Amino acid sequence: MFEALFPNVVLDKAWDQTLETLYMTGVSLAFVFVFGLILGLLLFLTSKGSLWDNKWVRWLNWITSSFVNIFRAIPFVLLIVILIPFTTKLMGSMIGASAALPALVIGTAPFYARMVEIGLREIDKGVIEAAKAMGANSFTIIYKVLIPESLPSIVSGLTVTAIALVGSTAIAGIIGAGGLGNYAYTDGFSRGRTDVTIFATLAILVIVFAIQYIGDIITKRIDKR
Amino acid sequence: MIIIENVKKIFQTKTGNLTAVDDVNLKINEGEIFGVIGYSGAGKSTLIRMLNGLEKPTSGKLEVSGKDIASIQGKELRHARQKIGMIFQHFNLLWSRTVAENIAFPLEIAKVSKFERQERVQELIQLVGLEGKENAYPSQLSGGQKQRVGIARALANNPTVLLCDEATSALDPETTDSILELLLGINKKLGLTIVLITHEMHVIRKICQRVAVMEDGKVVESGDVLEVFKNPQTPITKKFVGQGTEQQDTKETMNQLLKKYPSGKVVKLTFVGDTAEQPIIQSLLQNVQLTVNILHGNISQTQNGSYGTLLLHLDGTEESIDEAIQYLNQQRVGIEVVNNV
Repeated sequence: MFEALFPNVVLDKAWDQTLETLYMTGVSLAFVFVFGLILGLLLFLTSKGSLWDNKWVRWLNWITSSFVNIFRAIPFVLLIVILIPFTTKLMGSMIGASAALPALVIGTAPFYARMVEIGLREIDKGVIEAAKAMGANSFTIIYKVLIPESLPSIVSGLTVTAIALVGSTAIAGIIGAGGLGNYAYTDGFSRGRTDVTIFATLAILVIVFAIQYIGDIITKRIDKR
Repeated sequence: MIIIENVKKIFQTKTGNLTAVDDVNLKINEGEIFGVIGYSGAGKSTLIRMLNGLEKPTSGKLEVSGKDIASIQGKELRHARQKIGMIFQHFNLLWSRTVAENIAFPLEIAKVSKFERQERVQELIQLVGLEGKENAYPSQLSGGQKQRVGIARALANNPTVLLCDEATSALDPETTDSILELLLGINKKLGLTIVLITHEMHVIRKICQRVAVMEDGKVVESGDVLEVFKNPQTPITKKFVGQGTEQQDTKETMNQLLKKYPSGKVVKLTFVGDTAEQPIIQSLLQNVQLTVNILHGNISQTQNGSYGTLLLHLDGTEESIDEAIQYLNQQRVGIEVVNNV
């Protein structure tokens, strides 16, 4: 049955490519989570009328905001090309799954940062004020109020980001990073083997659905509102 | 003890300067329940928020339990805040934490050990009557229960002062009363000073010993609740007092009554303190020959005693009516002949 539908798919190879896609998505997602969270917090905390608002942090807000806007605006295909010198220096090569990581992280973290910022803005100002009235310092407010109270947004934003990352790995794959995108393009499209392209597409769909499913379950479980 | 001296707060807005609090002077004694009443926009919220440094005064002096709240900052201010509890109109609980965890939050801030925290949380849950709700999330609680969590949380670090920012304004009348009783009980049990702001005279009447009336950023009247009730000076206070005794509803009724009883006189008696509990009407009838018709009566309890009004229609000869008014005048009740309202 399988061989009739996908005559050119070699399962071992397809599996390796799937793992590579998962590797790129997983590792870059971890970095995106950390950098995005920091950037998102920075955007929120330095914004007008927020916790750290004063003349001195306004420029910090301006810098963060500009950085986020610029890197979010550059199309991912171009970002990979622009970052080639940086990537070669950092990873020692510009080919392979690991070489895709810097571009994936830099291209996606700003996107996630904005989602974190939106989540933080949804927190009731009164709750932050209550924490201040109790004598909490900024650090306590960040990790005991801001992050827990926006956790459902942080997680659902991460789900959306992860799915966007899977898409980006496919693009990176075409340029030489490996994974299912690369598999679909080189083994499938380039050699006229439509079945390989379709198989790779289905594999990506399964990954995306799985991410969404897991993300929804976690979001639902932590949301006590 | 809270001292507010010449405190001013000016907000800079796009349309110009807005004076929210204008030269306020108040002294709030230790262990008393002090109420600030005013309509929204009167500056009372800004005033109470200055007491824990959430707002800084533009000028003036603010002292809370010996600490100069207006000028301290950083660590010193955070430490002072741990001893000033605050509860809010919309409770401001963390939805991500259970009841017990919400109450434990200020203890975590004060770096109390886990064991002591658990013990203290249990005590507080009992104090506010939330046994069995320890592991519930705020979304599973009613408004009154949420405010109880808010109160427990505010009391966690044994504060000397409790600030109530419209704490009952989002609650229904029955729940309001139960929360007020809880506050009164806490005040008596723990002896802590309570400063509350509200727009409801009912709240002031029920638990406050002293009151300040605010309008346009200024304190227009202040004093013992009973005194202010008995003898309101400014129009806004009269309005609030009317609200407290539902007098306004009876204005129309009084006009009707005046029409209905063209002969004799309609008098309004005001009782304060223990005179409210004496059988004045009976003794009046024993002393003077006339008919007395009770048109409307009302009595309210305040923390300093009761306060009541009574509308009577006196009918008889001119002399007997004069005699009756004279008699009532001797009885330490306020008397006022109602001609037209």
